[in-house]
Amino acid sequence: MIGVFHPGTSVVHRAPALLKLALLAAFVTATALVVSLPWLGAASVVVALLFLVARVPARAALRQIVPILWLLAFAMPVQVLFGGWEAAGVMALRLVIAVALAAVYTLTTPVSATLDAMQTLLRPLRRWIDADRVGLALALAIRCVPLLADLVREVMEARKARGSEGSLLSLAVPVIVRSLRTAEHLGEALTARGFDD
Amino acid sequence: MSGIVFEGVSHDFGAERVVEDVSLDLRERRVGIVGANGSGKSTLARMINGLVAPTAGRVLVDGLDVSREARAVRRRVGFVFTNADNQIVMPTVREDVAFTLRRHRLDRADAATRVDAALARFGLTELADRPAHRLSGGQKQLLALASVLVAEPGIVVADEPTTLLDARNARRIARYFADLDQQLVVVSHQLELLEDFDRVIVMEHGRVVADDVPGVALEAYRTLIS
Repeated sequence: MIGVFHPGTSVVHRAPALLKLALLAAFVTATALVVSLPWLGAASVVVALLFLVARVPARAALRQIVPILWLLAFAMPVQVLFGGWEAAGVMALRLVIAVALAAVYTLTTPVSATLDAMQTLLRPLRRWIDADRVGLALALAIRCVPLLADLVREVMEARKARGSEGSLLSLAVPVIVRSLRTAEHLGEALTARGFDD
Repeated sequence: MSGIVFEGVSHDFGAERVVEDVSLDLRERRVGIVGANGSGKSTLARMINGLVAPTAGRVLVDGLDVSREARAVRRRVGFVFTNADNQIVMPTVREDVAFTLRRHRLDRADAATRVDAALARFGLTELADRPAHRLSGGQKQLLALASVLVAEPGIVVADEPTTLLDARNARRIARYFADLDQQLVVVSHQLELLEDFDRVIVMEHGRVVADDVPGVALEAYRTLIS
């Protein structure tokens, strides 16, 4: 979800996040219920059309979908062995369609729109759940992924420079210590920006 | 009454005293604080918006006691950290600037206008939809500044805002600081950043050892560290 948002002005971009989330849920559920290959084939055409309408560059789209193909490379043979070709094909198509649809969503929706949608969804539960806080927690979780990735990279570099590669401890200890310090700093920054309750 | 007042302020980190009985009345528009690592200058700056509470004494901002009315004080004081990475909360540039205004409950159009103005002021308009973590160090600090100033605080406190930047970006940030209308308190090791300030305070071992116009105070600091 991080940094994959691809700004644009297509219908897919402009559709409200809540609507897109609802359609995403409905479509994925439908593909999970459909068992016939022709119907799933038609569904994949629809998904491909969505990518075209959203004008997402092919490379950005593929980067989202390729990882699931690796998984399928292992799962397909097993499925063929136990359930036959057709069952395997249905499973594979379902998975690819689901992942591709999710990719359309993340590529065309800024994170803040998703957060707003989440908060709207949580509003009926406001007696029990503070939607602002849930939204903030989600935003922070998303923000921390690149932060942590950088941190791990820096520690690995430092480890290499000191010639202590290979030891798991020499990676884990500094990463954990620095993550905690980063968390403290982020907390401080949030407080300074007035989000201190 | 506007301004920042320290009244007999001390602070201990565990058994260690990092700020020792500091009394200051800061009313000048631009105040610099210098001192060696561990001299207590960052702690002093953090006490202005209540990130650190004094162990003894009290800090007043515009007449408000920081320990008692921390939230009201933070609304007046914008804080810029050394490492902008820790200050950026949202995934994209525009979202991070807009994030500051979430608590202000402005209507959507109003908020968007202010965000756009802040982005334009710091030259970030083109980068608005970029992921914040892919910006350069200088751009990140500009984003941090934009996110602080979009709230229009009356006072801006910056803790070594240019330490992680190269010379060109440091100068750029310094120029933005020079243009601010706000009262400004800057902690820095980069003495040239403070040369045209109105007042410079030198800290050493938690105490104020010099407090004067930059020419005099910075000279005292140079003698101290040489």
